[in-house]
Amino acid sequence: MIELTNINRNFEVGEETVHALRDINLNIDAGEYISIMGPSGSGKSTLLNILGLLDQPSSGDYRFNSQAVNQLADDEQAQVRREHIGFVFQFFHLIPRLSAIDNVALPLTLAGIVPETRNQKAKAAMQALGIADRATHRPDQLSGGQRQRVAIARAMITEPQLILADEPTGNLDRASGHEVIEALEGLNQKGITLIIVTHDPALGQRACRRLNMDDGKIVSDLNS
Amino acid sequence: MMRLADVFRYSLQSMLGHRGRTLLILLAMAIGVAAVVVLTALGEGARLYVLKQFTTLGSHMIIVLPGRSETSGGAPPLLGEIPRDLTIDDALALYQSHAVNNVAPVVIGSAPVSWQAREREVLVLGTTAEMEQVRQLTLARGKFISTNGPHRGAAVCVIGHTLRKELFGNQQALGQWLRIGERRFRVIGELAQQSHSLGTDIGDLVIIPVASAQALFNTESLFRILIQAKGRDSIAPAKQAVEEIIRKRHDGENDITVITQDSILATFDRIFTALTFAIAAIAAISLAVAGILIMNVMLIAISQRTAEIGLLKALGASDTEIMLLFMSEAGLLSLCGGLAGLALGVGSNLLLNQTFSDFSIIAPTWASLGGLGLALLTGILFGYIPARRAAHLKPVEALTRRR
Ligand SMILES: Nc1ncnc2c1ncn2[C@@H]1O[C@H](COP(=O)(O)OP(=O)(O)OP(=O)(O)O)[C@@H](O)[C@H]1O
Ligand SMILES: [Mg+2]
Repeated sequence: MIELTNINRNFEVGEETVHALRDINLNIDAGEYISIMGPSGSGKSTLLNILGLLDQPSSGDYRFNSQAVNQLADDEQAQVRREHIGFVFQFFHLIPRLSAIDNVALPLTLAGIVPETRNQKAKAAMQALGIADRATHRPDQLSGGQRQRVAIARAMITEPQLILADEPTGNLDRASGHEVIEALEGLNQKGITLIIVTHDPALGQRACRRLNMDDGKIVSDLNS
Repeated sequence: MMRLADVFRYSLQSMLGHRGRTLLILLAMAIGVAAVVVLTALGEGARLYVLKQFTTLGSHMIIVLPGRSETSGGAPPLLGEIPRDLTIDDALALYQSHAVNNVAPVVIGSAPVSWQAREREVLVLGTTAEMEQVRQLTLARGKFISTNGPHRGAAVCVIGHTLRKELFGNQQALGQWLRIGERRFRVIGELAQQSHSLGTDIGDLVIIPVASAQALFNTESLFRILIQAKGRDSIAPAKQAVEEIIRKRHDGENDITVITQDSILATFDRIFTALTFAIAAIAAISLAVAGILIMNVMLIAISQRTAEIGLLKALGASDTEIMLLFMSEAGLLSLCGGLAGLALGVGSNLLLNQTFSDFSIIAPTWASLGGLGLALLTGILFGYIPARRAAHLKPVEALTRRR
């Protein structure tokens, strides 16, 4: 599903060039469960952003479903994100003034889906994550774990092929972190490709395929 | 593509979510629009007031003055030409025209008027019975001077409201003998107090037969002739006829000036319309200020909401959609502000109307719609730059920028 060839990502910081990613080559099949670990600054988030089309590689080739997506125009990339990719962020990124259900339905709202359909789907997604009773609450009325599950419901509502999660448990306590990971793994079991960046070795070990990064390179790629 | 209803809903929620900012913009917009509505209404009210004053001055009136006040091409004035005086016979000759209904010759001067020990220097108006029609005068008591031949000067007079009070106080004025200059006149009528009296003050004057006035001021000539045309349509033919008749009587010389009420009216109308536009333009500047405020507040809003914009982009919103969202927010803000301003303006006008009852203050439709339209336009215009900046944010930068 995903083929990265010789991906580089450089940042110009003043006079210096930071090599956040160096010659990354990576193939990912549909339905995989991958964790990415590594020290801070090793390029994990940068890689995830490029996979999610939120960022452009400085050089290299990125194929998504055999399509050279890094050559697409901004709005075409937006369409790929809308249709195929779901995101879960460390800081939840919910819109504070919208109710939980409106936050969940937001991708469908942006896609122009009528209210009945999107509310029905949002309810179903929230049901699956056990937060259906919080539908009308606003984010500041929810616990961290609940917020992250709202964010996961939002990521899954478009039925994407790929879910990218950057330290989804980074701001949660152990118990709610665990619930969130189980929710994400539940999605993977339904066939959605799942990529999680984490600092927590215990979480990283749960993935079938474990990537380890250091200084912009993938230093190990283990399957189990 | 996002549904339009959802775009508006999202913008509304955003407006409600940032109350302070929203109120600030609404206030600025509302004040701008209200200023346009109230100021133009005042200008328009002034215009209507002047128009009303003119119509109460007498209907279908034409004024003839001796001497030319303008040269209308044609032959240059003859050397040493002295304009001929207008006489009572000139005035009577004007009845030859079918377009003319009434003719009132006028002699004006100022003279001391006294009764018993009280004396006042007032305006003395010599004229004929037709004046009552031409100037639409109403009498409080008695009757107007009568038509027993304009050349015959009877010793009667009609006095204005103010003069009556000053000379007679609470005493009976009718039938009393006044002294005007060196002559004595019997009071036969009193003018009613008229609320609208543009130009001459008809309260403080005395009206006597024209021949008596000529004798009093020792003159043969008329100050002017007032003419009432048969109707609105006969004003132009009457004017033409008047010029022709007088030219014939004055050896073919065009030595008079004929002013129609319409021409004066048109001039005032133009002046006041221009004034109203000028006022509206000044008020519109406050709308531009409101527009700049919208731009600044929107720019701040966007820097506060970069994470939200990044999120929307991550969720698949296109640049156009982000643009649309922010433009619709600016548009809605200015629309709501505009409507609030319209309500505020109309409300103030109603209040002003009650305070100044004989001065109708109603904003012309063009001003209300224009103010609203301009509010919308500035909102969208000044919303464009911030919206474009929002749309061009890179998703990763927007998302990872830490607050
Ligand atoms: N916008 C940027 N401008 C300059 N340098 C950047 C930018 N984004 C990332 N970098 C640099 O690229 C390198 C990789 O950053 P990245 O965020 O991918 O690390 P990470 O592995 O996610 O770290 P952490 O575990 O702390 O999140 C770092 O050295 C970082 O300083
Ligand atoms: Mg990171």
